[in-house]
Amino acid sequence: MTTDQRARSIGVHLVLIAYSLLAVGPILLVVMNSFKVRSAIFGSPLAPPDASTFSLVGYEKVFRSSHILTYYSNSLIVTLVSMALVLLFGAMAAWALTEYRFRGSTALALFLSIGIMVPIRLGSVAILNMMRSAGLNDTLTALVLVYVAQGLPMSIFILSEFIQQIPKDLRDAARCDGVPETRIFFEVVAPLLRPAIATVAVFTIVPIWNDLWFPLILTSSDSTHTVTLGVQQFLGQYITDWNSVLAALSMAILPVVVIYVILSRQLIAGLTSGAVK
Amino acid sequence: MANLRIEHLNKRYGATTVLNDVNLSIGDGEFVVLVGPSGCGKSTLLRMIAGLDGASGGDIHIADKLVNTLAPAERGIAMVFQSYALYPHMNVRKNMTFGLKFTGVPPTERERRVAKAARMLRLEELLERYPRDLSGGQRQRVAIGRAIVREPAVFLFDEPLSNLDAALRVSTRVEIANLHRLLKSTIVYVTHDQVEAMTLADRIVVMNKGCIEQVGKPLDLYYEPANLFVAGFIGSPAMNFFEAEVGGIEGGRARVAGTAFRNFDMPAASLKVGDALTVGVRPEHLVRGGAGPFLAEGIVELVERLGEASFAYLRRVDGRIFVAEVRGRQTPAPGETVTLVAASPDVHVFDALGLRVAT
Ligand SMILES: Nc1ncnc2c1ncn2[C@@H]1O[C@H](COP(=O)(O)OP(=O)(O)OP(=O)(O)O)[C@@H](O)[C@H]1O
Ligand SMILES: [Mg+2]
Repeated sequence: MTTDQRARSIGVHLVLIAYSLLAVGPILLVVMNSFKVRSAIFGSPLAPPDASTFSLVGYEKVFRSSHILTYYSNSLIVTLVSMALVLLFGAMAAWALTEYRFRGSTALALFLSIGIMVPIRLGSVAILNMMRSAGLNDTLTALVLVYVAQGLPMSIFILSEFIQQIPKDLRDAARCDGVPETRIFFEVVAPLLRPAIATVAVFTIVPIWNDLWFPLILTSSDSTHTVTLGVQQFLGQYITDWNSVLAALSMAILPVVVIYVILSRQLIAGLTSGAVK
Repeated sequence: MANLRIEHLNKRYGATTVLNDVNLSIGDGEFVVLVGPSGCGKSTLLRMIAGLDGASGGDIHIADKLVNTLAPAERGIAMVFQSYALYPHMNVRKNMTFGLKFTGVPPTERERRVAKAARMLRLEELLERYPRDLSGGQRQRVAIGRAIVREPAVFLFDEPLSNLDAALRVSTRVEIANLHRLLKSTIVYVTHDQVEAMTLADRIVVMNKGCIEQVGKPLDLYYEPANLFVAGFIGSPAMNFFEAEVGGIEGGRARVAGTAFRNFDMPAASLKVGDALTVGVRPEHLVRGGAGPFLAEGIVELVERLGEASFAYLRRVDGRIFVAEVRGRQTPAPGETVTLVAASPDVHVFDALGLRVAT
């Protein structure tokens, strides 16, 4: 390695480390402070909990005084169902748009890519009206529908790129073998898309799990609130219960981290090696 | 096992014509090799036989059945791809049986076929391995195995050996020849490699720019190329060409006159005085001090020694280069002037359209 390369590599690493600190720091602060008594949160917010400041009072309150488990399961249901639908429909649409030429396929691809550029929140009022008239107000179904619409364009875009990288010979070989088109998709293409699907899953899950906006406008009862919305009840206009807020937030972070850890292993590609020389 | 008949086949992509009125009839059990320069439409023709690409016009019959509208799997073909196209997430056994599931082959029969193919291709040890854990040659054998288990009427190979190294290419070539002897199936095989074409083929189809230039037995193409293109394409190093014209006609004999060789006579047939001609002679047919109608002189520029033969690059009187094969240990030295002669059957004459004229 030349000095020039080494200098560049050090520079890159410095930037990456700085970025990681910036990203991870606030999360560490939240988790750390959620285990401290109220006075210590304000007295020394940067110190980790010790014997005198350690307390689980935030967690106790969250479990006692709110429907946190309902919120939690709502978030999980909405996120996982949305993710599953986004991946299924996204992969199928990406396959259709890249593999088949049909009347209007270019227009359709263009239409879908508009969804990447226009934020779905611009349509909030229309969405609210639509859900009202469809009788889906205050249901998890409404959230799932919105999130599927929100996640699809990007997932189609990413998956199309990956599908194009799958050697065409592979699909042709399957066709010569007499494999029906649906089975080619599910048994030849989809397994090779696993790294891409993991990527899209992460990209889809995080904004859905963290979203506050749509639960706020589309759900009104405790039974349909999600975690992010549920946490808001501890943020009062005059007095904020920081113990509970931090505890609830820490718990909200956990599933995303777990899912990321599971999927990140899949992110490591290399599955196609050996398919073609 | 089946014959294959292609009639007036056309393929266009927008304004570009990739195949232009291709007609070809292949007999039951015949091994036919398609050769031609890159981009001439060999793969396209093969893919159309397979049903992977649709035709813009014309008919394809397999086993006397019109298959134009049939899906690949219904045509009774199996294709082996240059890239092998093995399913990377399935082991060798699964790769071979995957397609059979969908064509209604019962499990016991599948196992029997896999066992048979594995024995034929020496794959028994590899059945549980994944493609990524196989060498190039092994992958190629698996790809062939996957074609064999389908028990197709027609095998289609698209440059199956081009990703293998030279030694492996020779041994796999022999294996494919053996396989053809064993299975007696009809094979259409695309290659860039002349040696492959010559050694494997019952008949060779030479293609150029979407058209078939000539179809014939390997040695027929070599000894009697139908036109300039085939003459130049078959054989290595390529045939030498000399510009000429009909200098005069006398008593049914035409005088072939050119600047770079001694004039000679040939049957006049339909030739007229002043017609432009091209005379072609292969390097290996030019000998020093033989007898024959064709005689050319050149100054040796360079000698390439290959062992069993050497190739002398000679400068003709008109300044162009031609090549002659020299046998034996005594090779001419650069600067030496050499006189070379070719016997009458080895002198090819082509008319202004590039078509062969009988000598
Ligand atoms: N989808 C397509 N659209 C337009 N032109 C195409 C398409 N597919 C192939 N062609 C053209 O058709 C011609 C024949 O292609 P083909 O792949 O059959 O050549 P080939 O003889 O197999 O060449 P090679 O020896 O390099 O494999 C090429 O000129 C190619 O550019
Ligand atoms: Mg090709």
